Amino acid sequence: MSAVLRILEPGLLTTVQDLGRTGYQHLGVPTSGALDPVSLRAANILVGNTPIEGALEIVYVGPTFIVEADSVNLACAGADASIEVLHDEDAASGVRYSSLQSFRAQRGQVVRIGPTSGSSVVYLAAEGGFDIEPVLGSVSTYIRGHIGGWQGRALVAGDALPLRRSVAGKTDEFRLEGLDLARPSRFRVVLGPQNACFSEQSIKAFLDGEYTIGPATDRMAMHLDGPRLEHTAGHDIVSDGIAQGSIQVPGHGRPIVLMADRQTTGGYPKVATVISADLPALGRSRIGDKISFQEASVEEAQQLRRTLLQQIDAIPSRIVPVHRTRDDLTTCLLTHNLISGIANAQLAPSIE
Amino acid sequence: MTDYNVLAAGDTALIVDFGNQVDLSVSAKVLALAGRLNALKIDGVIETVPTIRSLSIYYEPLTVSANGLERQVADILEHLEEIPATGRTCDIPVCYDPELAPDLEQVASQCNLKPAQVVEIHSSRTYHVYMLGFLPGLAYLGDLPPELALPRRTTPRPKIPAGSLGIGGKLTCIYPMATPCGWHLIGRSPIALWDATLTSGALLRAGDKVRFKPVSLREYRRACSDGIVAVPRADTSH
Repeated sequence: MSAVLRILEPGLLTTVQDLGRTGYQHLGVPTSGALDPVSLRAANILVGNTPIEGALEIVYVGPTFIVEADSVNLACAGADASIEVLHDEDAASGVRYSSLQSFRAQRGQVVRIGPTSGSSVVYLAAEGGFDIEPVLGSVSTYIRGHIGGWQGRALVAGDALPLRRSVAGKTDEFRLEGLDLARPSRFRVVLGPQNACFSEQSIKAFLDGEYTIGPATDRMAMHLDGPRLEHTAGHDIVSDGIAQGSIQVPGHGRPIVLMADRQTTGGYPKVATVISADLPALGRSRIGDKISFQEASVEEAQQLRRTLLQQIDAIPSRIVPVHRTRDDLTTCLLTHNLISGIANAQLAPSIE
Repeated sequence: MTDYNVLAAGDTALIVDFGNQVDLSVSAKVLALAGRLNALKIDGVIETVPTIRSLSIYYEPLTVSANGLERQVADILEHLEEIPATGRTCDIPVCYDPELAPDLEQVASQCNLKPAQVVEIHSSRTYHVYMLGFLPGLAYLGDLPPELALPRRTTPRPKIPAGSLGIGGKLTCIYPMATPCGWHLIGRSPIALWDATLTSGALLRAGDKVRFKPVSLREYRRACSDGIVAVPRADTSH
């Protein structure tokens, strides 16, 4: 019998994403991949997957789905979201969970992921992963090109997402503690590659100013409202490659940060590039958020990348068992008391 | 000695930039550099992306240093001799019938030509694939004969059909999929330039040569319903 998650409501924009599709940009294929790869990894690690497994990227409002497998371990990571497991399709309410915690759902149960808060994106990973054929080496969805993911598109009601496992492993529920998903006070950028196309005052205004993330923002591009930049010699350049985080400025002077689904090449000058360590935090920022920028050197950026990768490597060590029996409040309390008892004993200073 | 700049696009990409121009000799350098660099299979180089005027090098800075890459690039460019073209040649059928060429008439009048002359000029030359970009499988071809050079349309179209043949400035291209477009449309091809079910996906590669073969509306329709494909072949003329 096949094991699937059947989508009842798709949410606003739910796509399958992994760390993206590398090696095909020379054919015009965007990398795509998770807007927030840190949270994608965290969700996978919580259910015991390899960190780079494909998961559902949920933007602003999550999906509702029914479990058509014996059981499945799931976990969300990223934005806060209201997660509810209902006994069946007719149940009015169910057991609530939060992000950064794994949970188990049984056949016939309905999982409802509500609106996200705090940031925009949250990832839902399933133990064992989704049984989806990679396209050009990745299961990431590139919607504009109808490439990869689930039929090259965002999920719709009625989709049956195949799971690799039909029964959940005998693992406990886990919680991830102390993962820092805070946003930097200013997003750091390396100037260029075409900062020479802008006046000095424009670059100063760009670095000093505050921008609001505009409503046209999507997985391809983050549109910013704020101080406009002035081109010194027109806004058309012969097409050039576009790195993730590139900030291009078309004729209207408003900067656009190019994100996961960005086109591989483009013909507008790019004033700066958001550093790789700050991209996950930028990727989970919300429309309406106010952001500002700060110049960094390539060396500083690479040091910050090293620090971020160390934090990512440390995620498995921050996973702790939840030790909770959902059906038995008494056991739950006892377990918690027991744990705190041990903790207190360990923390007691030695008097010898 | 080749004139170029190495620019940082953040902390994980370098751009080897040869200047703001559409030029066959620049393209030859970009593609030769890409070929040499890829052949070295440098640990930490994730991928390279040739464009009309530059080569993007995406790298993992914790594995390979930007300075080290810059030195490799300098070394390759210093010893770059005339590279024999290694691209393939591909004949692509195009229907220039007014029914599939919404801008043909206007292009002709703007260029002081008859529509048939536009077709004749456009289809009588061999084009160089400068780069693929913007969309999967979209090849930028040049050089368009100067008689047909026009600025972009003042109002881009919100959506054009897959297979549309566009011209703009020194370049021409076939759009592999429906997309917004600011170029002038003078025909349509029944050939799929992108097919994700193929291992490679894209029909063309940077460095290939392309010739357009005019076909009638009837042949176009038959080709569409038969699902014909174009097969690039190795160029033996070099």
